[in-house]
Amino acid sequence: MQDYFIIIVSAVLINNIVLSQFLGICPFLGVSKKLSASLGMGGAVSFVLVLAGAITWAIQSYILKPFNIGYLQTVAFILVIAALVQFVEMVIKKYSPALYKALGIYLPLITTNCAVLGVAILNIQKEYTLGKAVVHSLSHAAGFTLALILMSGIRERLEDADIPECMQGTPIALVIGALMSMSFLGFSGLI
Amino acid sequence: MLVAVISLACMGAIFGIVLGISSRKFAVEVDPRVEALLQVMPGANCGACGQPGCAGFAEAVVAGTVNPSACSPGGLSLYEKIAAILGTEVSDYEERKVAQLLCQGGVGHARMSYRYKGISDCHAVLKKFRGPKACNTGCVMQGSCSRACPFGAIQMGADGLPVVDYYLCTGCNKCVLECPQQILKLVGVSHLVNVRCVNTDKAKEAKAACAVACIKCRICEKNCPEDAVHLVPAGNGSVAVIDYDKCSNCGICAAKCPTKAIDKIPPLSEDVVLEIKEAANSGCEHCKACA
Repeated sequence: MQDYFIIIVSAVLINNIVLSQFLGICPFLGVSKKLSASLGMGGAVSFVLVLAGAITWAIQSYILKPFNIGYLQTVAFILVIAALVQFVEMVIKKYSPALYKALGIYLPLITTNCAVLGVAILNIQKEYTLGKAVVHSLSHAAGFTLALILMSGIRERLEDADIPECMQGTPIALVIGALMSMSFLGFSGLI
Repeated sequence: MLVAVISLACMGAIFGIVLGISSRKFAVEVDPRVEALLQVMPGANCGACGQPGCAGFAEAVVAGTVNPSACSPGGLSLYEKIAAILGTEVSDYEERKVAQLLCQGGVGHARMSYRYKGISDCHAVLKKFRGPKACNTGCVMQGSCSRACPFGAIQMGADGLPVVDYYLCTGCNKCVLECPQQILKLVGVSHLVNVRCVNTDKAKEAKAACAVACIKCRICEKNCPEDAVHLVPAGNGSVAVIDYDKCSNCGICAAKCPTKAIDKIPPLSEDVVLEIKEAANSGCEHCKACA
């Protein structure tokens, strides 16, 4: 039980996928302008991350390892992730056209989102069991969503702020991201 | 090597089958007519129709909740295309409207009470003693309408008054809403005669404030063969107003008006109207949104 707790705290706060490991920066900057869109993006990435974490664990354990073809890891994992993203895209398009429009190009880009592949590979590197791998993926997904929500909350306030013209848009977003990342360093002594 | 190829091929095949099945299950049916309408829409996303952009308008037209003529940039040519796509008749089409300025009191005509040097904005200038003009109802000449126009159809003329380019104007109503004096009005393009004064003061004060003011002489009313122009009570006085439904564009009132407050514009040339229509077929509505 303690193991799981440590995995959760470490993945959400200490080793936050966006703010400490700098993976998945693209949607972090791209879809963080509105809270509703960032919630949707967080949900979509979470779904892909958890399912990809479970499926890639199974593929690693039952196909790549027994047949001794570990070098195919990246190719096989990307295949899983790409298929899952296609699936998520279809579901969102069907049930929430508004969210589909809000996410725009960033939805298919989850395919190449290094956060998803990164977590899948981390699961294998740390030699987790299936349960731990799923919890680990879920916590990283929560950490990703948390970072996105925090960022969008700040950026919604920024809409009203008087920002110098040269800093408007991406520059100020990058500065905020850096400050948030530094503040998350404060969690490093937690465990 | 063989194992690697087979295992990857199997995985690919399984994912492919799953995706294939789910794409059938989660297929979204898009009305092909919406796509077809989007192709012919101006694409300016000006919002004059009251819908969220051209895509929203296309969906609303297919759903039947909005009249196809509501798109003022598209005009009649678009209405005909929409009717062709939807297989309906072109009926109840409303004439294209353009903005008309109901004031001629430019520099040289209107008497000024003081010289304004400040923010170039009609709302701001009105805060200073109701504007620099002696006439309190006329155009204050700061060009808010020109800046509000998304189509670049309003330019400020040499006499300080905005000049509407009737060929560029799409009747989107933005300038009408912007004008703090409410002296811009949407009028159908076939109506050529307008009373270009809204000053309700008595003849003496009106004439003292502006050389081209309506002096309530009723000459237009008496000479109109169609009984279309009348002195209408407004504010604390009255002003001549034309009933566009009755007016036959004869221009007698404009010729007889002693102050030339009524004016008749030359009709829009057929050539230029045609030219715009041809351009519309190419997809460009001259809205200048791309510039």
